[in-house]
Amino acid sequence: MTNRERDEVSGTETTGHEWDGLKELDTPLPRWWLFIFYATIVAAIIYWVLMPAWPIGNGYTKGILGWSDRANVAADVQGLRSARAPMFERLATATSTDIAGDPELQQFARAAGASVFGDYCATCHGAGGAGAPGFPVLADDVWIWGGAMSDIERTLQVGIRSDHPDTRMSLMPAFGSGILSAQQIGDVTEYVISISAANNRLEANTIAAGRGAAVYQEQCGVCHGATGAGDRTLGAPSLVDDVWLYGGSRAEIRRQIELGRGGVMPAWGERFDAGTLRALAYYVHDLGGGEADAPPPAPAAAPVEPSQTTPAPLR
Amino acid sequence: MSKVTLIPKPAAQNGELAVDAAPVNSKSYRELYKKREQIYPKLAHGVFRNLKWAAMIVLLAIYYVTPWLRWDRGAGRVDQAVLVDFEHSRFYFFFIELWPQEVYYITGLLILGAFGIFLSSAMFGRVWCGYACPQTVWTDLFIYVERLFEGDRNARMRLDKAPLSLEKVGRKAGKHIVWLMIAAATGGAWVFYFADAPTLFRELFTGTASTSAYLFVGILTFTTYALAGTMREQVCTYMCPWPRIQAAMIDKDALSVTYRADRGEPRSPHKKNDTWEGRGDCIDCHQCVAVCPQGIDIRDGDQLECINCALCIDACDAVMDKVGRPRGLIAYDSYANQQRRQSGQHASYRLIRPRTIIYGVLLAIVGAVMLYGLSTRDTLDLNVIRDRSPPFVRLADGSIRNDYVVKIMNMTDRPRQVAITIAGLTAARLQAPNVSAEGEIVVTAQADRVSAVRLHVIAPNTLSSGSHDLTFTLRDVETGDLAASPSAFLAGGEQ
Repeated sequence: MTNRERDEVSGTETTGHEWDGLKELDTPLPRWWLFIFYATIVAAIIYWVLMPAWPIGNGYTKGILGWSDRANVAADVQGLRSARAPMFERLATATSTDIAGDPELQQFARAAGASVFGDYCATCHGAGGAGAPGFPVLADDVWIWGGAMSDIERTLQVGIRSDHPDTRMSLMPAFGSGILSAQQIGDVTEYVISISAANNRLEANTIAAGRGAAVYQEQCGVCHGATGAGDRTLGAPSLVDDVWLYGGSRAEIRRQIELGRGGVMPAWGERFDAGTLRALAYYVHDLGGGEADAPPPAPAAAPVEPSQTTPAPLR
Repeated sequence: MSKVTLIPKPAAQNGELAVDAAPVNSKSYRELYKKREQIYPKLAHGVFRNLKWAAMIVLLAIYYVTPWLRWDRGAGRVDQAVLVDFEHSRFYFFFIELWPQEVYYITGLLILGAFGIFLSSAMFGRVWCGYACPQTVWTDLFIYVERLFEGDRNARMRLDKAPLSLEKVGRKAGKHIVWLMIAAATGGAWVFYFADAPTLFRELFTGTASTSAYLFVGILTFTTYALAGTMREQVCTYMCPWPRIQAAMIDKDALSVTYRADRGEPRSPHKKNDTWEGRGDCIDCHQCVAVCPQGIDIRDGDQLECINCALCIDACDAVMDKVGRPRGLIAYDSYANQQRRQSGQHASYRLIRPRTIIYGVLLAIVGAVMLYGLSTRDTLDLNVIRDRSPPFVRLADGSIRNDYVVKIMNMTDRPRQVAITIAGLTAARLQAPNVSAEGEIVVTAQADRVSAVRLHVIAPNTLSSGSHDLTFTLRDVETGDLAASPSAFLAGGEQ
């Protein structure tokens, strides 16, 4: 070792570096710091032996403890599933009256339903069942295929215009493709507006509506009913309210008559077990517009009323 | 190496009064990187020592006994007088029970504490440091134990220098065992504030308490042992921010423990029959240094290390009595007085001055506001949470529905029937799932809990689009207690 220079004032060796006459002291590290540093080196070596550490080619050193985050997560998920299984089983066999009298089951169904709804349904139907043009609002009290819990569950199982053999199927013709003339479509549009609650804001042309009445009875009344109240057994929406699947402006109503659009809802019966389906049905039914499980089938052409919602007592 | 100026040994002619004590922690003595030097505070006798014993006993008693006090809150309820219940998020303090949303009372408490310490500092300087700080109190207790096992200053110094012997080991071991026991009791008492004390006490000794309970007992045992046993004055000198903040709290009229240099200087040893003419009253006996737990010399003036424990006052007064000079060579004094004396004026104490009056008034106002808040505290409250998605729902008949979750807080011990009503939105009606009553919805709010109820508000389609104000009101069906919360009703434009 070369002759190290000592600083007079502090008695500490210098590093030999000098800047404009200033010299850097080579103050030794505190002992405790040094020992901790050595301890971390030892700890690192122990860690390499015990735990997964080094990448090698396609794999990595596994460590003798066999720790795996992937396996831990899988085990946790499995644990959660088996913990929830009894509640799902109870739900699968519960009727809507059973659920109504069981706050614990309600809470579970609501939470489980909300979670599944968020994952699979909200993409189209919107968070909280807010709906979007072409995708029905689920929070309101307007139902195309019925709003009782059993109806909702059935829709979930078989879907709408899906590939399920028993799927709910309704087809509105595209009247604009040669069935009706543009003039006739305009007349029918005015007539539909005139019988609906939308008349208040759109004010149908009464002369055109008068012409359209005949066309309506000939072409539309079969499914939508003579009064336009719709028919749930056929999946024909009510035309008397002011809720429109494809938009409620004059142009949008006309466009739907021209195009006869109908969306597709997948059948979820194969994807989910019975408990999950029931939870989902409960959640949708509970959003605010659910109807009582009346003796099916619901009377066709009955005016849709703002109905009492399902129980949601204190949680 | 920087040179350390050693304070010269006191001359022998001071007789038994003088001690060979060096202020090892004073700035002139302490090097930057020097290892801690053990301080051997000598036992002082006098007014302030007695005051400190009294403060120590009262404060320790409060700390150790409080969790064991019971307070009847009715059958099935928590009966511990002071309890921080994290599990059920409640804070109990005798007749006060706070819920998490009332945590602002803690802010009030902190403000009270701050003004309290401002006021005491402005009047009496660092009385908190000298008498009430846990570091001071436990250090005092640990030094007391040390003295029991190893004797007073001189005996302790001799013992530390003595070669290893059975007696030395015995005394040292005894001291450390008692220290650890006190430390463990301190940690133990701490956890009792967070759980039912008798239950937890049993659990701790039967090994069935939670891991976190043992962990916190362990942490506090360690900190008590380390801070009060081995670190002591270093906590005040190096770790505590208060000595630094202190400067802002103290003005020239605040009292602090002061060596009256005008009276004491020039200091020199004094023999029995020497004259007192032409010299100061300080006989340089170093008794004030010997009793100092902080290892400083008060005669160097105000310094950050000084905790104003006033033990040097006791030591000096005893010496003054013996040499026949008036007491108060070291005394509570203010900076203003020192200046007055220098210019030949009379000393005067101004404890009541604008600054202390303002602190006192603020203290009283905050205290009164808190007392008023606590005495008129609501026991019924509600939170209304409006569903954001969908923002509103248009129903078949054209009316518009908004959905809400109303959380009802019942801060009493019994379940209550409460009626929920809405106001402020003409023609709107309140609807709850499964309840057919119109106008008001009556639900049961469970005792001492938050209950949630989902509600729909339906307004006719004549409502203009935009946000409308709406008030939810709770009324206790029996007592008529009211609580209200504003919310909003959103109506959409035309389709």
